[in-house]
Order: sequence, then structure tokens, then C-alpha cells
Amino acid sequence: MNRIGEKLAPWLFTIALFVIWELVCRIFKINTITLPAPTVIYGAFVQHWWPIFTNSMVTLWTTMAGFGLAVVFGLILGIVVGWSRTIYRGLYPVMIGFNSIPKVAVVPILVIWFGIGEIPAILTAFLISFFPIVVNVATGLATMEPELEDVLRALGARKIDIMLKVGIPRAQPYFFGSLKVAITLAFVGTVVSETIAANRGIGYLMTLAGSSFQMPLVFAGLIALAIEGIVMYAIFAYIEGRMTRWAFRSSMNVAS
Amino acid sequence: MVVIEDVTLTYGGAATAVTAVQGTTLTVGRGEFAAVVGPSGCGKSTLMRLVTGLVKPTLGTVSVDGALVTGPVKIAGMAFQNANMLPWRTVIDNVMLPLEIVQPYRSRYRAEKAQFKERAEALLATVGLGGFGHRFPWELSGGMQQRASLCRSLIHEPALLMLDEPFAALDAFTREELWCVMRDLWQRLHFTVILVTHDLREAAFLADTIHVMSARPGRIVLTKKVDLPRPRDLDVCFEPAFTDIVHELRGKIAEVRQA
Repeated sequence: MNRIGEKLAPWLFTIALFVIWELVCRIFKINTITLPAPTVIYGAFVQHWWPIFTNSMVTLWTTMAGFGLAVVFGLILGIVVGWSRTIYRGLYPVMIGFNSIPKVAVVPILVIWFGIGEIPAILTAFLISFFPIVVNVATGLATMEPELEDVLRALGARKIDIMLKVGIPRAQPYFFGSLKVAITLAFVGTVVSETIAANRGIGYLMTLAGSSFQMPLVFAGLIALAIEGIVMYAIFAYIEGRMTRWAFRSSMNVAS
Repeated sequence: MVVIEDVTLTYGGAATAVTAVQGTTLTVGRGEFAAVVGPSGCGKSTLMRLVTGLVKPTLGTVSVDGALVTGPVKIAGMAFQNANMLPWRTVIDNVMLPLEIVQPYRSRYRAEKAQFKERAEALLATVGLGGFGHRFPWELSGGMQQRASLCRSLIHEPALLMLDEPFAALDAFTREELWCVMRDLWQRLHFTVILVTHDLREAAFLADTIHVMSARPGRIVLTKKVDLPRPRDLDVCFEPAFTDIVHELRGKIAEVRQA
């Protein structure tokens, strides 16, 4: 494969997927209620473009609000957890336990607290997406080379100096790497909440369409979500590349 | 300058205690170049952490510059086998890192940044890295990174320089080149050095005094003065007096490894 082929590959694969999907639907004459063909979904898109667009925007802003909260709190908690081994050991099991709870189970509680609407969606997006940020920031801080810490401590550096000069810059690739993961999870959180308890948003639209067997519209909603997810992922991947170019060039390996 | 008196250091709890060094006594004079050699795992690196105050001795005392060490000494420069450059900073910013931390440079850092930068450039030039300041560490070879690491350990003109096998990861030619760099820096600035190494030739070439440590728990079993005249040239490594010293050290280490 040459370079142009590599650039085109994502598009070719996406197109191929839709072509196969269309062919399978036509050859096996699959009922639209079971699995609508891409052309039928496209028809639904054109027909219902306004509700899809407005509800997508609702989903987008609630996701971004939840994600924004996750970035702020994830960063703070990550730094706190990465700061000392004691806090790390103390908080880690609690966070693991918290992260193991399916967020679907939390939505009814949030609805009781805050009512139906955008707030449960924002909070679900926040709850689901802040964990990878915390873990990555804490890992970035905790894996600092001990020798480097010795060099600085032998110079009389305080913990805060070490954090500002080394820890936080060093954790940046981990942080930006985690944003890509967190943004897609935030979409999951929002839609889960919208599906259960909301009166706007893509999740709500899909539930509504599903209840009246408008399967093309349900799938159109799914496609809209996928597109939003890909766009946001691409934006954060780009930001990551811009902010931490050194990490891709140096030998320091970063798990995302 | 550095006095270690009857120091014992034990790690871990009562059941799993490991004694890294035991009853070690060592004195390094001001401006002296001391080397510590010994079999691997003998607590040489622990000795460095003790002197810089990063760990406290279980028994005995460590004093530096006449004062008892109770916490990090704040005056020591350190360099390790791994150059440990910060990849997001250019070489010159890496070298200037200690100036951002150590007093009195720290409080003058903003105001006198230009002068500090010149000073760092000059220091880089003396180790053969002139004009590389604006590069990033990952653009440099291992030997060049190690030179930069030496500059970082010396930029704040520390009275005490601690070197933990700084040349161990380099190829033989680069290593000998850096011995000469180290020799010239020391002869010009005359700080006190404690060099921990596995390489007996390195110790004999650079040091005034060589201390041999036993296997764990580490103790000093031999202190050998190196009387070779200075300035020393690399050719000194092929003189009988030099090889005799290396031979004697080697014999001693073989003996303590047996024990």
C-alpha cells in the first residue's frame, strides 16, 4: 500500500461496509422493521433531518458539558491521586468499585434527584467519562522516573516544584490520550440517560421512533451518533498530536 | 567535605529487613575526586542517597560541609547512568532546570534569565555541545545526552557532585571521551566528586582515592590512593603503575565476591 492508499483506506472501508450492508438487505430481502438498508436510512435522514439535527445538538451539548466536568474533576482528582502513594492506594479501590457500577443503574437515581431532562444526561456523561482521565493522569504522575525525582530533591526541590516542573508536563500525553477515550464514553453516557429519561436528544428520539416501529429513523439516529463520535474523537486526536508532539518523537511510550 | 561515620542502613520491616550498608566509614576531602567501586548490588547507590540526604541512616551519621545531614542537602548535583533529560524541554532548558529550583538562582531566575542562558551555553560548549542548546534531547545521541546531563548537574556550581555510573551505558570510545570531559571540568571548577562505578579503569583514571566496597551488606574494605600525576592523559591507562592499581583493585573485588 502506498501513502495515498493509506489515506483513502478509512473511506474505502466505510463505503465497503455500507455497500455490503445494502447488498445483504437486498439479496436476503430483509424486512425494514428488522434491519433497514442504508438507502432507506438515508431516506429517513432526508425526511426527518430537522428533528435529527436539533436532537443531535442537544446530545452534543449535554455530552460536551458532561465531558467538560469530567476533564476538570478528572484532572484535579488525577493530580491528587498521583500526588502521594497513600492517597493512590486509598482511593484506587473506591474508584474501581465506582467504575464497575453500570451507569444505567445510576440514571433512575439521578432522575429522582434532578428530574427528567438534560441534567441526568450531563451527569451520566460525566460519571462514565471521568474515570479514564483520572487513571491516566494519576498513572502519568506515578510513573515518574525515581532518579529524576532524586536529582530534583537533592537540589532541595519541594513536592510542588517536582510536580510543576516534571510531573504535570510528563503526564500531559497521558491526559490528552485519555480525552479521546473519554469523549466517546461521554456520548455513551448521554445516550443511555436520554434513552431512559429525557424529552430531548438523540437517545430520546430513538426510543420514540422505536416505540412506533420507525426503524429507519432509529438507525438514522445511530448513524448520527456515530458521526458525532468520530468527529469529536478526531478533534481530540488532533489536539493530542499538537500538544504533545515531543511524546511521539521521544522514546517515552504512552498508553492511551 | 563529606564524612560518613559508622553508617548502617536497613530497608523494610523486621521480618524482611535488608541491610544495604553496614558500619561504613568514609571521608572525602574538599575538592577531592573519590570513587566507590564494588560488586553489583553492594549498596553503592544507597551510599549516594545517604550522602545527598535522600535516605536517613538507621545508625551512624552523615555530614556534608561540616553540617549533619538530616534532609536533602540542597547543594548536590547528580547524574545517573540514564541521562534523564526531560523530552519536552530543549537541551538548554534541561540544563537550566536546577537554576529554576536552587537558591539563590531561583529568585533571580526571571530577571537574569539571559545571563543564565549564556552561562548554560558556555558550559555546553565546554563539553562539546556548543550550538546544540536549541535541540531536543531525543535528537541527540546517548553520549551527547549524557554530556548534557553532566552540564545539568554542574550548572548551579554545586560544591558536591554525585555520579552514579554515569558512563556505564555508553560505548567504549564515547566513555573514554567523557572521562576526559569530566577530568577537564573537575580540574577547572574543582568541586568535590563521589563517583560510583563498576569500571576499575574509570575509577583509576579519574579519582584521587578509590574506596572498595564489599558485597551486601556493603562496607568499605579497602581505600586506595591513586598517586598518578595530574593532569592525566588517556595514555596513562597503559602505564604499569596504572595497571598495577587496577590489578590490585580487581584482586580485592574478586576476594570480597568470594566471601
